[in-house]
Amino acid sequence: MNEMRIAPTCPDRRDTDLAGEALRAQLAKTWGTHRGLIGALSTVDHKTIGRRYIITAFIFLFLGGISAIVMRLQLARPESGLVGPDLYNQLFTMHGTTMMFLFAVPVMEAFAVYLVPLMVGTRNIAFPRLNAFSYWVYLFGGILLWAAFMLNIGADAGWFSYVPLAGPEHSPGKRVDIWAQMITFTEISALAVAVEIIVTVFKQRAPGMSLDRIPLFVWAMLVTSFMIIFAMPAVMLSSTMLILDRLVGTHFFNPAEGGNALLWQHLFWFFGHPEVYIIFLPATGMVSAIIATFARRQVFGYLTLVLALIATSVLSFGLWVHHMFTTGLPQVGASFFTASSMMIAIPSGLQIFCWIATLWDGRPVIRTPLLFVFGFFFIFVAGGLTGIMLASVPIDTQVHDTYFVVAHFHYVLIGGAVFPLLGAVYYWYPKITGRMMSERLGRWNFWLAFIGFNLAFFPMHILGLQGMPRRVYTYQPEMGWTNLNLLATGGALILFASFVLFLWNVLRSVRRGELAGDNPWDAGTLEWATSSPPPPHNFDRIPVVSHREPLWAQPGPQRVAVGLAIDRRELVVSALVDATPQIRETSPDPSIWPLVAALLTGITFIGSIFTPWAVVWGSPLVGAALIAWFWPKGSAEDEA
Amino acid sequence: MRQQKEEPALDLSRLPTYGFGAQMTMWWGTLGFVVLEATGFALAAMAYLYLATQNTQWPLSAPPPDLLWSSLVTASLLLSVWPNHLAKTNARNEDLPKVRRDLLIMCVAGLAPLVLRAFEFTTLNVRWDDNAYGSIVWIVLGLHTVHLLTDVIDTFVLTALMFTRHGHGKRFSDVEDNAVYWDFVVGSWLPIYLLLYGFPRIWAP
Repeated sequence: MNEMRIAPTCPDRRDTDLAGEALRAQLAKTWGTHRGLIGALSTVDHKTIGRRYIITAFIFLFLGGISAIVMRLQLARPESGLVGPDLYNQLFTMHGTTMMFLFAVPVMEAFAVYLVPLMVGTRNIAFPRLNAFSYWVYLFGGILLWAAFMLNIGADAGWFSYVPLAGPEHSPGKRVDIWAQMITFTEISALAVAVEIIVTVFKQRAPGMSLDRIPLFVWAMLVTSFMIIFAMPAVMLSSTMLILDRLVGTHFFNPAEGGNALLWQHLFWFFGHPEVYIIFLPATGMVSAIIATFARRQVFGYLTLVLALIATSVLSFGLWVHHMFTTGLPQVGASFFTASSMMIAIPSGLQIFCWIATLWDGRPVIRTPLLFVFGFFFIFVAGGLTGIMLASVPIDTQVHDTYFVVAHFHYVLIGGAVFPLLGAVYYWYPKITGRMMSERLGRWNFWLAFIGFNLAFFPMHILGLQGMPRRVYTYQPEMGWTNLNLLATGGALILFASFVLFLWNVLRSVRRGELAGDNPWDAGTLEWATSSPPPPHNFDRIPVVSHREPLWAQPGPQRVAVGLAIDRRELVVSALVDATPQIRETSPDPSIWPLVAALLTGITFIGSIFTPWAVVWGSPLVGAALIAWFWPKGSAEDEA
Repeated sequence: MRQQKEEPALDLSRLPTYGFGAQMTMWWGTLGFVVLEATGFALAAMAYLYLATQNTQWPLSAPPPDLLWSSLVTASLLLSVWPNHLAKTNARNEDLPKVRRDLLIMCVAGLAPLVLRAFEFTTLNVRWDDNAYGSIVWIVLGLHTVHLLTDVIDTFVLTALMFTRHGHGKRFSDVEDNAVYWDFVVGSWLPIYLLLYGFPRIWAP
């Protein structure tokens, strides 16, 4: 073996050797994405991947929304023949599955993929190739689910695929298998991103950004990532068991052979309840960011908000059984889970009070992002109140599987996550595109969404109390549910219109929006310290942080760290607690192998729906792609 | 375009380009995957115990799995801890000849339990499709085998890498991380061994 080293004989060039435009151009060249199709498919830039993630997640939002609209049109009048029972089953399954697995969690992670490296002042996310892989795997999982639906083999056993309905006896065919493998795709993707975010936050923060100076959105994503790590394995395990029951004759959920149907519910909800907070906590981070900027002051109660995030995450793992109150639990178990379900309202309440105090003491500037935060307050608190009601076993028993529950969780999920998310799009759009979204359209967007949402979902509380069950494709006129259903459908159409307006605003502003500049909102966190959109390397020089809102606290020249290489991808790795610099670490260069590995993973998973042997012949292929991915190719990054 | 002036406040140029353990991002990434996989093991073990408590008989219609091969697997895994530790120490010292030697030993030490595991599967006394007990035993053992196999392949690739011109600098840190992961493969086996082989012998529903 030739022992020749390719270590440079002359010292590498550092950022102290160049300045201004020359430095910027060199760094952009080093960190840029190559031209052409292969270049685009090989990119490891967290901003490019984050943008793709966000756009893909919003496409799934629209698909999920369209399936909801079709359901609402079907329910607008009794005994409607628009949609038959089989398609209706697929529609509500596709709606829930898409919104939870393909939209809500991915979109939050997508924002983190884009924003966290900028907010902590680094040049790329940790493990950027894994990041590319996770996007492709997510995309293929989503395509699998929707392609199957288009072929009329869409999943139809509900977003939580309860056994025995989803088992081999009651759901023959491939529909549930497709659902189960889609879970595998999306959870691999979510878990990989969670690890990337944790490591980025732990180890790649700009010098001086100690733990108590991390922006609250980053804290929210850090805590969320830990929740993903502890929650998602449960659904991967249970969906694997389900598919094994269906394909190779195991008996995990078959009571005739010692299996147990409630095992599914335990495993699913051990994931499923934290999942709600996995969606909600990032939104609270968005709210904190928006409120601080528009109230023109630091968030009141930073420490309280951080502790509330952590408390919520811990408590969220002690609630899952409240989804199972009607399964005949021992009474003491029910009491425990009632208490824990009520307890989680405490940290949520603390957060709300901190935000109100911030606004109270600040000088709020009412712009579209803040309007969505106000909408969030109203709707989320209303949803929280019905949550307290549902934590009580007798009430839950009465309204279980009725539209009351549907109303409740749409209030918490849309109010708690989608409203802040829309606010976040208006808030960070200028950073991502360099242009502002239209404020006038934004206000229309908000009011249509707010009114449409409440018209659509408030009547469902009453419908539920009147006894209308979930997941029925029609009802008889004499039930007396007609008018409220019609009202809900009208509201849903207004809500949908608000999203069409939102889409229009996004699309037209890309070209026609007002130029944003670096920091259009005069915000305080680091993502606003670079140009809009940011260059491939994020920052010409890594900022040195001495305050929680660096851009507010450090007027005058920006303090920066110097000495990083500019001919290869190099970033600074810092200590976990106080962020003192430790290492100049190289960051991987672009590679096509993550895409190849994701494609082969996809082929293996999809093949396994049809024959278990696909795992046997697929795994070596995936393994070979992974080896090709990791094997050094002699680039400057590999050999540094 | 940004016009703000910059003031150099910190010089990073003398920092090393790699380190070991908690200094490195890869170490944390490995730890992240260890934690999520450990969660998977813990949940599978909980599922096992849940099914055991929901049945009036356990193991269901089968004698407990044989001890011979599983104990040999356990012994071989425990024996591998020593060369694995050596690999870690020598990697930290960046001693390439010793690291190469240790990795070759670890390739053998990884293959041994894998071969024994194949025999272990033949003496479980139950098939995955016999009943729920068989299903949970096979999935727990299968889950661990996947981890075992993954790390053995990883060790082979890393060994090959350390025999090429790439075997320097941060690759020593990769050797350390691989050793950390092997500790997890061994460490996660011990509770699983007790669960699959000990529990059915003492549990009386």
